[in-house]
Amino acid sequence: MEASATTVTAGRSVLERSAASRLPDRVLKWGLTGLAAAILALLAYFFIRLIGESGSTFSTFGLNFVFGNDWDPSRSIYHGLPLVAGTLITSAIALLLGVPVAVATALYVNELCPRRLRTPLALLVDLLAAVPSVVYGLWGILVLGPKLLPAEKWFASTFSFIPFIGGGTPTTPNYFLAGLILAIMILPIVSAISREVIATVPSEHKEAALALGATRWEMIRMAVLPYARPGITGGAMLGLGRAIGETIAVVLVIGNAPVIGAHIFNQGYTLAAVIAAEFGEAANTPSHSSALFAAGLVLFVLTLIVNIIARWFVVRGSRGRRRTGGAAVEAAAAAVGEVG
Amino acid sequence: MSAVSRSLHQVSGRRRRTDKVMRSMLLAATLIALVPLVLVVYFLIKQGIGSWAGSFFSTDPNGNFFGSPGGIKSAIFGSLEMIGLATLIAIPIGIGVALYLVEYGKQSPFANVVRYFIDVMTGVPSIMFGLFIFIVLVVAKVGGSSYAAWKGSIAVSLLMLPVVTRSAEVVLLLVPDSLREAALALGAPRWRVVARVVLPTALPGLVTGSLLAVARGLGETAPLLFTAGATFVTTANLNQQMNSLPLQIYTDITNPRQAVIDRAWGAALALVAIILILNLVARTVSRRSRMA
Repeated sequence: MEASATTVTAGRSVLERSAASRLPDRVLKWGLTGLAAAILALLAYFFIRLIGESGSTFSTFGLNFVFGNDWDPSRSIYHGLPLVAGTLITSAIALLLGVPVAVATALYVNELCPRRLRTPLALLVDLLAAVPSVVYGLWGILVLGPKLLPAEKWFASTFSFIPFIGGGTPTTPNYFLAGLILAIMILPIVSAISREVIATVPSEHKEAALALGATRWEMIRMAVLPYARPGITGGAMLGLGRAIGETIAVVLVIGNAPVIGAHIFNQGYTLAAVIAAEFGEAANTPSHSSALFAAGLVLFVLTLIVNIIARWFVVRGSRGRRRTGGAAVEAAAAAVGEVG
Repeated sequence: MSAVSRSLHQVSGRRRRTDKVMRSMLLAATLIALVPLVLVVYFLIKQGIGSWAGSFFSTDPNGNFFGSPGGIKSAIFGSLEMIGLATLIAIPIGIGVALYLVEYGKQSPFANVVRYFIDVMTGVPSIMFGLFIFIVLVVAKVGGSSYAAWKGSIAVSLLMLPVVTRSAEVVLLLVPDSLREAALALGAPRWRVVARVVLPTALPGLVTGSLLAVARGLGETAPLLFTAGATFVTTANLNQQMNSLPLQIYTDITNPRQAVIDRAWGAALALVAIILILNLVARTVSRRSRMA
């Protein structure tokens, strides 16, 4: 980059290009810079408008909007704890189920599987992200939910001693179904980032472990995982961000009941789902639509925080290890964007 | 690596067993990861192919309570029209921002801020873009109507933008500096270097990134939910409400009639087929001409 910069200056000074012939260059440079600045301005404008639109809700309900447990549009009471709780419960289930499988997949693809199978396997996992969320919702509510119900009933009665998991009578749809669908949806992004991060582990480390007599698994445990841990954590956090914000699949499989379910096989609601489910009726009621914008603001801030922490981990996990490590990981994150 | 497996004979039985168990668990997890894809595709074909008969692609859906519920013509046309406009918006802007980052901004503080917020945009839930367009364009009735197809397109393009920019930036970075320097040394102005050297060299990668963004935008329901409106009619007027495949599926799922639910499966099969084909084409393009 330094070299090209000096070339430009040298070229200009030697050739003495006229001001007129430099005009297109300036237009391009400032045009593109303006474009980039416009994107930032747009995001800032969005944030300000969102705060403005949800202002009346926050001034009416204050912290009760997040911590109060009573969401009842018919009485114009918007205490959103059921939504926040549902978002956290379903995302936690998604992480618990999705991340181990995603990391294991990445380890298998990068370290164990025959070289020929690498690309096709990675492609198949990536294709999970290509399925639109409305299709996951369709499949989840019409096929997976009913098929899973007997297993859920067995599970709830067998493990009835575990609070919040067993004991009650499972209904479909429920938190667990939403969490499972979310786990499937975050699997590709967590797996793609884990693959990128695992690929940055220096082969010297792995060869050293093998040369010392480590088995393949010991090599993974002692050389690969410690090195890749920050990046994998970042990938899991990015997955968490996706799970928190996923709307259409969740609204179809969570039941949209504005209560905190007694256990994970109960119906619930999430911040994202409430916007999709109630917006149609809310458009004519200012207090209701303001409450939904407020839900959107909480959701936005939540995903923002999670994403910022995730980026920090991912960058830390790949900084200075491979020249384009960070960029490659970011690109994987962008390319495997899940479909909402 | 064969040397490694030979040396396994010397390690203790317990370690060897752990190794075997863990390796098979990793394999099992990989197979588990593939199960949902197989199941989804299987059920889509099983439930969806039945509705792909007769006039499924040539009739609009109707709201009749009896008889045939109609096909998905307006949904397919609507999806193509709206994604077309969204692509026209997102790809030039997305590649433009990437060009700024690679050719001008580089590692300057402003460029890093832009990069950071583009990344933040990838993490913004897609429904938020729908809300934003609703607040800014729908409530204000910009363009005369409240809900309109072009507003849906803008919402989708906001979502595609970071995908295009990030993938384009990576590809543009791969264009060797020696090419840029050679052109500059020959006296070419910067804009010619960009137009004649950088962009053509990066073209296959840009196409791949753009196709993936299109595939992503095509499946989006949330940004269209309160921007594009709800209608069953096929229209070419982007200032009117417009149907789309994801919206059609979304509204059909909750319908009590089996015939309508079958239409949702048929539409879902069509949507996934289009998206998977776009994905495979994108990846073929990038494999054909991988720069490095």
